[in-house]
Amino acid sequence: MILAILGATRGMGRALARQAAERGDTLVLLGRDLDELERSAADLRIRSGGRAEVRLVRADLDDIGTLAPSVEAAFAAVGRIDAVVVTAGLFGTQDALEADPAFAARLLTVNLSHTVVFCEAARQRLLAQGGGTLCVFSSVAGDRGRKPVGIYGASKAGLSHYLESLDHKYRAAGLVTICVKPGFVKTGMTAGLKPPPFAGEPDGVAKSVLRAIDRGQPVLYTPAMWALVMAVIRRLPRFVMRKVGF
Amino acid sequence: MNRTAAPAEPSKKAPEGTLSGWGRIPLPGSERFGEDLEGLSASADLCRGLGRSYGDSSLPARPTDRVVNTVLADRLLSFDPASGRVRAEAGFSVRELYRVFLKQGWFTPVTPGTSFVTLGGMVASDVHGKNHHSAGTIGRHITALRVRVADGRVIDCSPQQEPELFWGTIGGMGLTGHVLEVELQLEAVPSPWILQESERIPNIDTFLERLEATAHDWPMTVGWIDCVTQGPSLGRGLLMCGRWARPEEAPKAFPRQLPRLKLPFVLPDFVLGPLSVRAFNTAFYWKHIPQKKRGIVHPETYFYPLDAILDWNKAYGKRGFTQYQAVLPKDNARRSARAFLELLTREGGASFLCVIKDCGPEGSGLLSFPRPGVSVALDIKMTDRTQHLIDALNAFVIAEGGRIYLTKDQLTRPEDLRRMEPRLDRFTALRRKWDPQLRIRSAQSVRLLGDPPLPETTP
Ligand SMILES: Cc1cc2nc3c(=O)[nH]c(=O)nc-3n(C[C@H](O)[C@H](O)[C@H](O)COP(=O)(O)OP(=O)(O)OC[C@H]3O[C@@H](n4cnc5c(N)ncnc54)[C@H](O)[C@@H]3O)c2cc1C
Ligand SMILES: NC(=O)c1ccc[n+]([C@@H]2O[C@H](COP(=O)([O-])OP(=O)(O)OC[C@H]3O[C@@H](n4cnc5c(N)ncnc54)[C@H](OP(=O)(O)O)[C@@H]3O)[C@@H](O)[C@H]2O)c1
Repeated sequence: MILAILGATRGMGRALARQAAERGDTLVLLGRDLDELERSAADLRIRSGGRAEVRLVRADLDDIGTLAPSVEAAFAAVGRIDAVVVTAGLFGTQDALEADPAFAARLLTVNLSHTVVFCEAARQRLLAQGGGTLCVFSSVAGDRGRKPVGIYGASKAGLSHYLESLDHKYRAAGLVTICVKPGFVKTGMTAGLKPPPFAGEPDGVAKSVLRAIDRGQPVLYTPAMWALVMAVIRRLPRFVMRKVGF
Repeated sequence: MNRTAAPAEPSKKAPEGTLSGWGRIPLPGSERFGEDLEGLSASADLCRGLGRSYGDSSLPARPTDRVVNTVLADRLLSFDPASGRVRAEAGFSVRELYRVFLKQGWFTPVTPGTSFVTLGGMVASDVHGKNHHSAGTIGRHITALRVRVADGRVIDCSPQQEPELFWGTIGGMGLTGHVLEVELQLEAVPSPWILQESERIPNIDTFLERLEATAHDWPMTVGWIDCVTQGPSLGRGLLMCGRWARPEEAPKAFPRQLPRLKLPFVLPDFVLGPLSVRAFNTAFYWKHIPQKKRGIVHPETYFYPLDAILDWNKAYGKRGFTQYQAVLPKDNARRSARAFLELLTREGGASFLCVIKDCGPEGSGLLSFPRPGVSVALDIKMTDRTQHLIDALNAFVIAEGGRIYLTKDQLTRPEDLRRMEPRLDRFTALRRKWDPQLRIRSAQSVRLLGDPPLPETTP
């Protein structure tokens, strides 16, 4: 399989890229810092026993001008791409985001506007080659307006919405869209936070995401337990949501 | 570039959380995780890896100290399949090394008894394995380090380049600088399986004889001692010798990864009480029915028997435990090993696990633990008497001219360490050369090496 990943340098993207490399996939890594990409590429090549082919392309979600060209460059580097994966994203606690409007604006831009712009370019290229998979990391935080993840959750709610519409509109034309909704996963992103019950590990998430890509599953809650947790949270009445801390 | 999402500066107030080593004796403090070890280390007071050191060596000296956990910095950076030389970030673990490289025909030339250790932790403790008598410590196989020293510089060092910093960092318990990258010479293995021969040993004298005799034929040897039984059978146990199996001896299949269990909660205190320790020791000894056994064993079972239960350290109950490991010099090894066990039984230090191993020549690490002689290691549950027991064992070790292993220590007194460590002054001088204020420090270095207080404000 040929995979392009935006966000493979850290966290769940790193775990995903490793599992893909170890099974012999060809990878295009997209990211904002070429030195970091180079270090990750070396890691992946060694882990694959020298089998995996890894290409690098610069793409910065803070810089809209890099996005469409990076998609072009990725397709040009390997010819055809079976799946484009986006794990890149920003997180901020609700306190930090409320205290700093510039940070809030940046997070909304990176996680929503610019991610959509990147996905639009990928969508066009995937459709142009006759189809493929677009797999994007949203979050359970986008499922319900909740106290601790209001602004971050808004960016992910918008993203989930967009991804669902792609699935409705383009599935018939061969574009498989996968919206990944991780629950709490122990990565650098969440390192300062206290893990709730059912916190996941990047390796477990990566495994389930590769499986979802193989199957073309449109929505993936991971760890799986979070499908249940969110089913309950989505149904809680507002007067309860106003009282509880989550 | 602004790389952090929420640049929450650590507050001046003591954090609510605690950190602990493998012995589960907590101290107030918190740790920062991140892939960008190079960036995080710039303002760190201490680095830690997987927290498999038993005592306080990976814990902060003060609750507000900045401790960086390296486990997310785990990338392989280069590997030469012709020579087996590998370079990785300091948080890369032996668990991953096993998974990635054994199938490629390579393994670490030295491994401790758990795979849940990082390269940085292995370097800082200058770890040894069952092959110490033939392979030395890990330091012998480290070819280069990249170290962030206290003034912020990043120094590449090796036996040729900045050798003093290099050999001080090997076995330096994280106190000379933060290890960012490690270059290691792997060992080519003929197959991924181990050929093991195990043998029942009736008493301590025979044990030392057999350890010495088998060392010539076997690259790996280790003994397990029943340290409950007294009298003529004092020090009975099992001796396990091993080597990598040759291809024609080994199964064709690659060893499957073994399942791992998790202890759901901290076990109540009676579970590892004196009665069960006795029962365990007796059962383990007699389970080995033939006097000698030989066969192929799974490499994980051989190297990492305890890793089968992820958090077995919870078995020691709420107060936690410590490990005592000391090496007794070769000249008197036989007499002093016996005397050590006698002292241990007299002091009631019955232990679930007591491991004995003969050590080869001393490594070049400035504070490296092993030296020619016999090493004894035992887990000790924390009770009101534990401090007394450790003091008594230390008094004995000092009298015999031996020394303790810092990565296991929780309770040794500074004056006792000084008596067993003539190398301390050289080590402190080296630290001061790179870090005049001794800013890089741990709870252990304050407790044991007497680091002077720092001014409250750090930049
Ligand atoms: C079941 C078990 C079996 C063991 N068997 C053996 C054995 O057979 N032989 C043996 O030698 N040891 C053995 N050990 C001890 C273990 O190998 C060491 O304590 C090792 O240092 C643990 O590595 P870690 O990554 O967990 O480091 P930690 O415990 O997190 O840290 C240990 C020390 O290393 C320092 N450190 C860690 N990372 C860095 C870094 N990047 N830069 C600078 N300093 C750093 C810390 O400051 C601390 O002083 C065993 C431990 C257990 C739990
Ligand atoms: N962790 C969780 O609990 C959790 C829960 C729900 C949803 N999610 C979502 O899952 C995804 C992955 O999370 P994670 O925990 O793996 O995150 P992570 O460890 O912080 O990794 C984030 C990745 O995004 C990249 N990135 C950040 N900003 C970028 C930018 N401006 N341009 C290009 N790349 C950028 C980073 O690259 P650099 O190396 O260049 O920094 C890094 O590779 C995110 O979208 C996150 O919102 C996470």
